[in-house]
Amino acid sequence: MTELLPQEQIDSFKARAAAIAHPHELIVDLLRAIQAHYGWVPDDGVLLTAATLGVLPIEVEEVATFYDKIFRRTVGRRVIHVCDSICCWSIGAEMILAHLQQSLGIGLGETTADGAFTLLPTCCLGACGDAPAMMIGLTTHGRLTPEKIDETLQRERAAIAAEVAK
Amino acid sequence: MNAYPQILFKNRRPGETVLLAEYEKSGGYQGLRAALQMTPREVCELVKGSGLRGRGGAGFPTGIKWSFFPAEQPGDKYLVCNGDEMEPGTYKDRQLLLADPHQLVEGMAIAAYALQTGIGYIFLRYAYEDCSQRVERAIEEALAAGYLGKNILGSGFDVELHVHRSAGRYILGEETSLLNGLEGRRPNPRSKPPFPAQRGLFGRPTNVNNVETLATVPHILTNGQLWFHELALNPESAGTKLFGLSGHLNRTECFELPLGITLREVVEDFGGGVRGGKKFKACLPGGASTPYLTAEHMDLMMDFAPLEEVKSRLGTAGVTVFDENTCMLAVTRNLNQFFARESCGWCTPCRDGLATISWLLDRLEFGQGTEADLAMLKDQVRNIKGRSFCALAEGAMGPVEALLRLFEDEIIDHIKRGGCPFSKRSG
Repeated sequence: MTELLPQEQIDSFKARAAAIAHPHELIVDLLRAIQAHYGWVPDDGVLLTAATLGVLPIEVEEVATFYDKIFRRTVGRRVIHVCDSICCWSIGAEMILAHLQQSLGIGLGETTADGAFTLLPTCCLGACGDAPAMMIGLTTHGRLTPEKIDETLQRERAAIAAEVAK
Repeated sequence: MNAYPQILFKNRRPGETVLLAEYEKSGGYQGLRAALQMTPREVCELVKGSGLRGRGGAGFPTGIKWSFFPAEQPGDKYLVCNGDEMEPGTYKDRQLLLADPHQLVEGMAIAAYALQTGIGYIFLRYAYEDCSQRVERAIEEALAAGYLGKNILGSGFDVELHVHRSAGRYILGEETSLLNGLEGRRPNPRSKPPFPAQRGLFGRPTNVNNVETLATVPHILTNGQLWFHELALNPESAGTKLFGLSGHLNRTECFELPLGITLREVVEDFGGGVRGGKKFKACLPGGASTPYLTAEHMDLMMDFAPLEEVKSRLGTAGVTVFDENTCMLAVTRNLNQFFARESCGWCTPCRDGLATISWLLDRLEFGQGTEADLAMLKDQVRNIKGRSFCALAEGAMGPVEALLRLFEDEIIDHIKRGGCPFSKRSG
């Protein structure tokens, strides 16, 4: 199994936590670091965060479960967040979502069988001028059309294949 | 299109971010130099006299907020920049940070001096990784140039700035929820009072301002109060404002425009008119929580007071336009779903009230609604307003109330027909 976080990063968080008066303020940073490395935050990730920062596991869990961009369940290699707020909705977000569901063969909240993509709804991405929009990982894609979505998914699939081959 | 003075966007070029050298060449950090020649109290007074009002949605006068801050109190005090920008229809702060992020850094250095807060946090939402990287680079450049760090510009004053990357949820834009988020606590809002100025981050005095507000401050220091007043077309007001256009317009871009510009000029000139040659039906003037404006409001000034007079708000000036074929019940349903989903669940009026409103709007939109549902909808609005723990549910009632006030006939039409009269919803 892949490690939750490389040891040097754990040590670096430990050192930072020791140097500040309020180590809780690093909880979100550390959860995000684990997620960036491991893909999501399993129970052991919560425990690791608590042990590294010297805080209680429940204090980490109550933070982790509040945020919609911290994943406490397994997700695919790429999480696709589709905006369903008003500006995107007004110019075709429902059609965009339908196209994504059809291309990926999954519904909202599901992951493709090959573990490549998870599809989730999200509130406004701050790309209202470029609606309709979605975010893959941390990258926003705007002015979506079915063709543009197909191209983007194809590029992501190729990138994932290269990652797996490594 | 009229060419209006560009202040925040004067250096903006598509796809590029201004670095320190160019920022300095265009007058950057002169505002900080000017501020450091004054006393902190004088800086507060200058900002107060400029008439600058908060650009994050509430429109509270910035200088007055600053004047409540206990700058002389010893011990740790904090300055926080709210870059959560998650109200649907709002994307202006992102444009500002992508184009010219040093304005925020300089604004924070000035505010830190005025309020005597040595430590500043810039809170940025999850989706704005692009902004986070640019702000961090600007901070590094400013540190190396002596605008941040110890003894800035030889003034004896120290400023350190940190970027906090968040992990989602609209409620973090509420300032006390944001402070819990920064502390690494579960980000439900806090009870007010005590207000952040008394007990904020880590229990210490804290001042929270929006990105655009802070980025405007250096320009006021450089050019003065009178200049700032004269930027607005409304003589009662002051300054320019970033307007983010979206929805059924030909041009959905972000523009810097004078406060007091008419809705007509925003929609027709800058937005290029309603797309497909259709008629304008309504708009959200400043984000998802601001009550609708309709065609009768076209010649109204887009500004704080004039919009309050017609029971709406300028909000964030993210203008979302809907054409004549749009079902406003469906629009309201979408907006309410957003607020219901983003409720943090802390208080009953918000957690259960917004869910009930969603259920009622579903029934009405999809043809199962009755007169009794309409009556219950009105009852829910009455019972949520003024009874929620924070402003989220209060804001959610903005479009629902406007729907009842301006488009009740459309709701009744849905009930009578047993379905949506707009054959094809705009989605």
